Formats: sequence, structure tokens, C-alpha cells
Amino acid sequence: MRRTALTLVLALACASAFADEGARNGEKLYRVYCTQCHGLQGNGKGINAAHLSVQPRDHTDTAEMSARTDDDLFKAIKEGGKAVNKSVLMPSWKANLSDEDVRALVAYLRELCCRK
Amino acid sequence: MKSSANPFWTLLAALCVPLAAQAGAAEQAREQCAACHALDAPEPGTRNIDERLTRKAPPLYYAGNKFRREWLESWLRQPARIRPAGVFPPAHAKSTPQGDVIDESTLPAHVALPADEAAAMADFLMQLRPFDDRLAAVRYQPGTISLRMGQMNFSKFKGCDGCHRDAPDVGGVSGPELHSAWKRLQPQFIASFIADPTAWDPNTLMPRMELNDAEVARLADYLKALQEDGS
Repeated sequence: MRRTALTLVLALACASAFADEGARNGEKLYRVYCTQCHGLQGNGKGINAAHLSVQPRDHTDTAEMSARTDDDLFKAIKEGGKAVNKSVLMPSWKANLSDEDVRALVAYLRELCCRK
Repeated sequence: MKSSANPFWTLLAALCVPLAAQAGAAEQAREQCAACHALDAPEPGTRNIDERLTRKAPPLYYAGNKFRREWLESWLRQPARIRPAGVFPPAHAKSTPQGDVIDESTLPAHVALPADEAAAMADFLMQLRPFDDRLAAVRYQPGTISLRMGQMNFSKFKGCDGCHRDAPDVGGVSGPELHSAWKRLQPQFIASFIADPTAWDPNTLMPRMELNDAEVARLADYLKALQEDGS
């Protein structure tokens, strides 16, 4: 019984550590690939935003981001805006990012949107 | 003592000076340029997020496949900024209540070389050509496109203006400006890079757009049209 409990605690700790690691990697990836349009704060006001005909999504908008599933976000990043009926200005990143990278970005978006 | 007017020594000097200059440029590149520019290729197909986070300058290990020699020499004598927000934009951006802006104070200036050093350095860099085969396989033949159609394709259809300027002060700022791209880059490189930027630079911030040959040609021809319009 005690061993089972210990295993469970360890498993949960590991899962949590992996989730943290994913989000940390996601934060790095977000800085490199996303902030140019979505902004250093994730508020949709990156250095390119003023030149875009469609404004980038504000990733800190809790209500807007909560309406998207993880699969929606994954698809938008991997396949681009067009694949989810959004702007072509959001490109497909599948050649630049692995599926693991995209999952890390989704994990970070979940932090970013709801940390307020 | 030998006389400097002796034709043998004059000839020998004429033969040796360019070689010595090029050897000097190689040494100078290793000593000075390599602090910011990658002169050696990374492992094929490897991505390294930390390299991108800390990159200070564009990789130059394929400079001879990328640049036009005459532009390179001229730029090294009189460097002008190509990337409005630097080579890694997040490092040169700052948040304001109105949105992020470029922090100009953080953008470093490139050193200008004297004419003889610029020529020798251009010669050295043009020898760095690990991707000759890749360029030889490019099917792009430069053609023509009207500025109007080219501009519409560049901005509305393909969204390149989200990151690139096709005229001074028009377009996004995180990518290199493209109104002088035709003057500085080899046409086959332009076509190849548009088709698959990640093949050239695994850590590039440019996405691969999955374009066919005709779509790549339309974009490359627009850069040519911009140059012809401006020259």
C-alpha cells in the first residue's frame, strides 16, 4: 500500500516536472518564434503588429483563449491560420518546429492566457 | 640587396599580394568575424533554439552561395542596416503601452573595412560555398512581373510584408528588408531560400510556405522588379 502511494507521488511529481519543463521550453520557443508578431508580453502587440492588416491574437485574453481547445491551438501553430479559418498572416510552422515544440508552445500559451 | 625595380621581384609581388591578402582575410575572419558570425556549418539538419536565442549576426558559412560579390565588397566598405530590428528581433524590442517598438540603442553598428580589406574579405567569403549542388538544382529562371501584381502577391496573398519591407518604411520589421535583396543576393539563392528557408538555416525565423516553383518565381521576380524600379 505504502509502495503504491509512493509510486503515485513520484509519478505525479515526474508528470508535473515534465509539464514545467515543457512550459519552460515553450517560453523559449515563444520568445524566438512568436514575439515578433504577438509581442514580448504576448498581448498581440509585437514589433510587426503595426504593419499587419489583421492584428495578431492577444494571448493574454483569457476569455478568447479559453474558447480554444489545445487541439485548435496545436493546429493553428502547426498548420497556420488558414487551416483554422483565420488569417494567412499566421504561417504554418511545421517545417520549423517539431510536434513536441508545438505541444510545448500550447502548454506555454495556457500559462500565458490565464496567469492573471 | 635586391632592387625593388627588378621585374622579377615586381612580378613575384604582383602574384603574391592577392594570395597574401586572401590568407590575411581568412585569418581576420577567424579572429574578428567569427565572434558574431558562424563560419562553420552546424551538424546537418540540427536545430538549436539556444543558438537562435543568442545569435548576434547572420551565419556566413554559406556566404559564397548567398551574396553577390560586388554587393558584399561595397557593403563591407559602407555597412548599412539590413535588418531593422537586428538579427534576433526580441533582443532589440521593448514593450510600451502602445505596443512593442525597436530599441534602436541596442542595435550594434557593423565595422567598416578599408577598400583593400573589403575586397580581400569579399574574395574570402565568396569561397565559402558548401551548397553549390543545392543551387545547381534550382529551376528558377528570372522573369518579369508587374510591380502592381508583385506587390499584391507579396502582401495580400502571401503575407510576406508581415515581417519584410518591400520599400523603405513599408512592411514589417523583424525580417531583413527586401527592397535591396536583388542587389545583394544571388537569384538562385533567393528562389531556394523562399522555397525552403529551413534547409539553409535550421534555426531561421522564416516559415516554409509550401510554395510551388511558379509561386516561388513570382516572389523572386518581384524582388527583381523592385530593384529595376529603384535603379
